[in-house]
Amino acid sequence: MAAIEVHNLKKSFDEQEVLKGISTTFEKGKTNLIIGQSGSGKTVFLKSLIGLHQIDEGEILYDGRELSNMDTNAKKSLRTDMGMVFQGNALFDSLSIEDNVKFALDMFSGMSSSEKTDRANFCLEKVHLKDVNNKFPAEVSGGMQKRVALARAIALSPKYLFCDEPNSGLDPKTAIVIDNLIQEITQDFDITTIINTHDMNSVMEIGDKIIYIKHGLKVWSGTKDEILSTDNEDINDFVFCSKLFKSIKKNL
Amino acid sequence: MKLYFVLIIRRQNYFYFSDMFLTSAIKYIGRYFILLGKVFRRPENMREYVKAFWSDLELLGLNSLGIVSIISLFVGAVVTIQTAFNLNDPLIPNYYVGIATRESIILEFSPTIISLILAGKVGSNIASTMGSMRVSEQIDALDIMGINSASYLILPKIIALIFFNPILIVLSMFLGIWGGYLAATFIGVVSPTDFLVGIQSDFNSFYIVYSLIKTVFFAFLITTISAYYGYYVKGGAVEVGINATKAVVSSSIAVIVANYILTQILLG
Repeated sequence: MAAIEVHNLKKSFDEQEVLKGISTTFEKGKTNLIIGQSGSGKTVFLKSLIGLHQIDEGEILYDGRELSNMDTNAKKSLRTDMGMVFQGNALFDSLSIEDNVKFALDMFSGMSSSEKTDRANFCLEKVHLKDVNNKFPAEVSGGMQKRVALARAIALSPKYLFCDEPNSGLDPKTAIVIDNLIQEITQDFDITTIINTHDMNSVMEIGDKIIYIKHGLKVWSGTKDEILSTDNEDINDFVFCSKLFKSIKKNL
Repeated sequence: MKLYFVLIIRRQNYFYFSDMFLTSAIKYIGRYFILLGKVFRRPENMREYVKAFWSDLELLGLNSLGIVSIISLFVGAVVTIQTAFNLNDPLIPNYYVGIATRESIILEFSPTIISLILAGKVGSNIASTMGSMRVSEQIDALDIMGINSASYLILPKIIALIFFNPILIVLSMFLGIWGGYLAATFIGVVSPTDFLVGIQSDFNSFYIVYSLIKTVFFAFLITTISAYYGYYVKGGAVEVGINATKAVVSSSIAVIVANYILTQILLG
C-alpha cells in the first residue's frame, strides 16, 4: 500500500480552478518530485496534501486514513508525523537555531531538557551543521538556513517529509548538498518525501518518482531514467528546454 | 423621464453599494468570530503558552511603561493648567481644579486616551509581527507542526494585555494626577494645598472600578482586532503595512465605540 494516495484532487480559488483532478500515489522510503512550470499548481497541490488548503473535491489518504474524515485529534496526531521545509525556510526569526529545532520537541515530545538538546544536536549534525546552535537565523547563510529548516522538519521523526522548492535561491553546489541531505534522510529514516521543484539537477539526482503537473493536471509520471526516454512532448518541452539538457538528450 | 431613469440608476447604485458594504461587514465580523473560536481552545502545551505569555507581557506591557508614564505626567500637568485657567472665577473655589483634574484623568484620559495610544503602539506591533509571520510562512509552519497557531500566537497576548493594561492605567492615573500636582507646585496656577484638597474631595471609588472595567474591554479589543488583521494578511510587505494601519484605525474606532457603550451601561 502506498504511504500517500491522492484521488481526483480538485481545488479552486474563487473562479480560478487551480487543481483539476489529480490522482497519484507516493511510496514509503522514496523521494517523490513534483515538477512543473511556475503557476502550474505545484504549491497548491503540496499545501492541499498537508491540509493547509481545504480541498474542493477528491480524497487524500495517509496510510489508508482519509484526511478530510479525520477528527481534530487524529489530524493533530498526523501533523506531528509531518515535517515541512518551506520555500522561504519559515524559521522563527526570534528564536536561536537550536530553539528553532527544539520548538516542536518543546510542544509535543515530553522529553527532558537535556534530551531535547541532544535530539536538536543530533538533527543539526544530520544536516552537517555545527557550532551554530546559539546563532539566529538571520546570522547564517541561505544554505545553512535551509539545513536548519530540514533539521527542524525531522526533529519529531516524521513519517512524511514535504519540501517546497528546497533549492530556490541556492547556488548549484549548495543545492546538490541539500538534495543529497534530503535523500539521505529519506533513506535513513525510511520516510515518504515529496518535493516541489523546478530544479532539473534535483530531478536527475534524487528523483525516485517524478510527477509533472501542467495547468493543474498530472500530465506525466515516471522515474528519472524514464524521463530521458519518454516521448511525451510536454515533459520533453519542460525538462529539455535549456541548451545543456538538450545536448545531454542528444548525446543519449 | 430622463430624471426618472437617473433616479432609478442612483437608487440601484445605492442598493448595490450598501449591499456590498453589508456583505463585506458580515464577512469581516464572521471571520473575526471564527478566529476567536480558534483562539479560545485548549492549549497543546500549557508550559509553552505560559512562556509566550511572559514574553508578550514584556513586549506589549512592560515596554509601554515609558510612553504611558511620559504622556500621563505631561497631560496631567496640562489638564491642571487648562482647568485652572478655565475656572478662573472668584465664585468657584480653587480646589475645584484638583477635582476636575482627578475626574478627567480617572474617567477619561487614563482609560480611554491611553488605550488609544496603546492601540497605536501595541496594535501596530501585533498586526505587523503576525503579518510578517504570515507572509514568511511561519504561521503555516506552526500549523504543519500540529500547533493551533491562532491560539498559540494570540491567546497569550490577550491574557498579557488584559492583565497588564489595568496596571498601566492605574499607573497613568497616579502619574497624571502627580503631573497636575507638579504643575500646581512649580507653575503656581493653583496652590498645592488647594490641589491636594481637591483631589481628595467628593471621591467616588466606583469611578476607578468603571475605568478598570473599560480598560479590560479595550485591551481585549485592541489585541484581538490587531491580531485579526495580522493573522489574515495576504501578499507581502506592502500588505503587512496596510493591515497594520487598518489594525490601528479599526481598534481605535472599536475603543471609542466601546467607550460610549460601556459608559452608558456603567454610568448611564
